[in-house]
Amino acid sequence: MNPKLKHSLRLVISLAVAGLCSGFVLVGVYKGTQPRIQRNRAEAIQKAIFNVVPGTASTGALRVENGSLVPFEGNIGATEERLVYTGLAEDGSLVGFAIPGDGSGFMDTISLIYGFNPQQRVITGMEVLESKETPGLGDKIMKDDAFRANFAALPVEGGIKGVKKGKKVHPNEVDCITGATISSKAVISIINDSNEETLPLIENFRMPAADQPSAESEAPVSEVGAADSQAEGGGQ
Amino acid sequence: MRDYILIFASACVINNFTLFYFLGLCPFFGVTGRLVTAFRLGLANIFVMTITSLAAWVLNNFVLTHTPYLRLICFIVVIASSVQFVEMFIKKFSQPLFRALGIFLPLITTNCAILYLALTQTNKGYNLFEGLIYAWGAGIGLTLALVLMAGMREENELATIPNVVKGLSMSFFLAGILSLTFMGFAGLFHEG
Amino acid sequence: MKKDESYDLSDAQRELIKGFWKDNPVFIAALGLCPAMAVTNSLRNALVMTVATAFVLCGASALVSLSRKWIPKQVRISIFIIIIATFVTTVDYVLQAIAYDAHKDIGAFIALIVVNCLILGRQEAFASKRPFGLAMADAVGMAGGFGIALVMIGAVREILGNGTLLKDTPWMFSVFGPHFEPWAVMVLPPGGFLCLGALLAWFAWMKERFERKKQPETAASAG
Repeated sequence: MNPKLKHSLRLVISLAVAGLCSGFVLVGVYKGTQPRIQRNRAEAIQKAIFNVVPGTASTGALRVENGSLVPFEGNIGATEERLVYTGLAEDGSLVGFAIPGDGSGFMDTISLIYGFNPQQRVITGMEVLESKETPGLGDKIMKDDAFRANFAALPVEGGIKGVKKGKKVHPNEVDCITGATISSKAVISIINDSNEETLPLIENFRMPAADQPSAESEAPVSEVGAADSQAEGGGQ
Repeated sequence: MRDYILIFASACVINNFTLFYFLGLCPFFGVTGRLVTAFRLGLANIFVMTITSLAAWVLNNFVLTHTPYLRLICFIVVIASSVQFVEMFIKKFSQPLFRALGIFLPLITTNCAILYLALTQTNKGYNLFEGLIYAWGAGIGLTLALVLMAGMREENELATIPNVVKGLSMSFFLAGILSLTFMGFAGLFHEG
Repeated sequence: MKKDESYDLSDAQRELIKGFWKDNPVFIAALGLCPAMAVTNSLRNALVMTVATAFVLCGASALVSLSRKWIPKQVRISIFIIIIATFVTTVDYVLQAIAYDAHKDIGAFIALIVVNCLILGRQEAFASKRPFGLAMADAVGMAGGFGIALVMIGAVREILGNGTLLKDTPWMFSVFGPHFEPWAVMVLPPGGFLCLGALLAWFAWMKERFERKKQPETAASAG
């Protein structure tokens, strides 16, 4: 049996060696490329925030914790969590929020980000991050300037509605792209759904003072958050 | 419930794996000479997809959270093993089918559709049941495409076709028309 | 099975060139069809996929050929797959690091290189049985042929479906000018099938003409 055993052993050893080498190489590649990849992701998100929140000088990020928004301290390119981003002016004051959203479009998932001004309660811009809509028709949601102009100062009261091109009457209506109604309406419903989920959180959020160290500013935010959720009677 | 119908219909007809995502083309053009063989290969594919979907869910939730870079290797190993298993199963229970499928049975391992299934299930974050629905939708869609193609090619055997288009070229034109037809499903579900 | 493993330059040249046309993986052997259809909706995607596949094919062939004496026959397929999957995962991460936008478009199909029958086929049929030089010539030739096929399909689809070449790159230029109404179906799935079908028919026609020219008497009698 000895040669047979030796042979089987040889099979196992060669598989094990191949597996181990492969594992080493992959760990190395992964660790080596992660910093660059995370930087790319963060840059892409930041570019989008600058586009949808006019007047932004720098950006910040918030995450959802226990039904309220708290500052996010990590690397925005590294996390898988769904964050809400903030656009800050040069003096650190809040210009607006940048809210990501995704949902199904005509062909596949659409992923977008839009800006929101909490004082005037309007959407300040919309940018489609990822879409696989029909080239030449549905992908106009990414390229058509007239469509995107709809989102430059769009009030959100009562929800956003899509109407046929040229039929816009009320301020919260959006002219859909001719020939790409489904893609346009998908964008609108993604924003509406995202608003439903995120605007209540934004309402309860108070921006920590810009020049205070984070330890101190933690207290006011969570305090206000706790007070609000107590007042609301524990919604979520 | 509506979500499940959406996942199923989407994988089966709207975003058909073969006619929309170009997956599983090797068997699509290779095994569709005979209708019955194509159908049975489709069933074998569904079986492998089901196993892969379950294994992918288990791997994603318990193993790969710590080592995401091993995802590809793990999936491929699972697929290869399940194909081996299916092969042994078919060999034992149906010799004629085993002979009919021939080389295309082990080639299920290289069927892009199955790996794509595992990867998208991961990316979309489906839970166990959603993943299974997705696998069945995809598998049935794949079988549907195989069967339709086989039917068309069998019909075409007796048709007069210009010499330049004979063979693979004709199959591609047929596939193109089939794909065009399936695009009609695209508006099936949409929010108002 | 110890055969004379020496080879000369003309052998290597022959292995290299066969992949470009005579044994072109996409047009002749119908391998690697999935990426050939899926990523050719724009020329840039086709090029990126070609480079990625070439890297994996050459790397895998090199490694398999160098270690062919140590890979036991029974587990060879598994080891080929481990090697290929390692290269593919590497390409995936490197692409994300250096070309984030391109990766968004074709990321899913980079992972599918691992099941590209072309690569596994070349390892099994060639690289595991030939010395390093020949295996590399074969790999480069096959990758080149694959690239030629993808670029042809990608160029046609993008020109007809978008009116441009190399869109999404700094070198994009418009072929027909701004008033061209793009034939959108070309960059959609059906267009992929139709385009490859048309190209295959065109090649078959060229081949027939070439053969008819070579033997005019036979063609005349066949009528």
